[in-house]
Amino acid sequence: MSQVSATPATTVEIPSIPLAEIAPWALFVGLLAVLALFFVSAEQGAFSLLSGTAVHEWVHDGRHLLGFPCH
Amino acid sequence: MTVRALLVRGLLVGLVAGFATFLVAHQVGEPHVETAIALEEAGTHAPADDHTHDEATAGHSHDDGGAVVSRHDQRTWGLLTGSLAVGLALGGLVALVSAAAVGRLGRMTPGQSTATVALIGFVSYALVPFLKYPANPPAVGDGSTIGARTGDYFAFVLVSVVAAVLGTLLARRLWPQVGTYAAVLAGVGAYVVVVAVAGQVLPTVNEVGDFPADVLWYFRRASLITIATLWAAIGIGLTGLVGALHRRDTATTERRTLAASL
Repeated sequence: MSQVSATPATTVEIPSIPLAEIAPWALFVGLLAVLALFFVSAEQGAFSLLSGTAVHEWVHDGRHLLGFPCH
Repeated sequence: MTVRALLVRGLLVGLVAGFATFLVAHQVGEPHVETAIALEEAGTHAPADDHTHDEATAGHSHDDGGAVVSRHDQRTWGLLTGSLAVGLALGGLVALVSAAAVGRLGRMTPGQSTATVALIGFVSYALVPFLKYPANPPAVGDGSTIGARTGDYFAFVLVSVVAAVLGTLLARRLWPQVGTYAAVLAGVGAYVVVVAVAGQVLPTVNEVGDFPADVLWYFRRASLITIATLWAAIGIGLTGLVGALHRRDTATTERRTLAASL
């Protein structure tokens, strides 16, 4: 065992994370991230889940400077 | 190395990156936003269409008088909210994609694969879409076409990101047979072909009218610097933290191996 780690030529094994372990996190964080991006990028612009213009105006400058279509 | 450990680091880095993005956007971008709004209100240029910002469609006014949110709040707290939200979201997403990439991209160390994910993310999610649909300052853009323009923009982003993922998987599949050079060339080439075709197929947007070219360029340059700041901060920060995590894991494994061999 110590011989293996002492040999410089051995390929370093990088253990990968099983995809099944990532999937639930990906689903949860993916949904939250898409929701956050939606409110910054498109709510009360191209879409209107909420009435009024408060969300649009609040993130207005961010929407412009982060490159999303604003108006 | 667990998903949770990577995600916590991604969100942390995203928060810091969002704050850095706010600072850069506020210092570099806001002067040109103000110039554009001043031009709009002075009516010195004719918009491509006769939309006003008082209309109900994308309706908002930029003057402090009748606005729901004052200009001061828009360029400080509002900009900070947007930057932090996007920073957190992208930090989390990059961390999860990096978690999937660890140990799966050739012989790359976790730090290297994380940097690769962030670089591919910047190019495919931000840079290439910007080349087709660049950011526009206030006063540029017809309020009645916002739905179509937003749809085209996100369609192009989707095509670009999916093509980047597939290009990476193609390179990964070819790598054992053809080697790194040819595999990367094939993956990048496939990506370029797909986005070039999509860029030709999707409609061009030009609603600039006679908006001053210099202000437009300054604004777009500032916008690109802002977006690049966000991705650079996420990429550099997460690569550093994942590298440190990997070194810690390796040291622990070596200690265990040593202890077991005694």
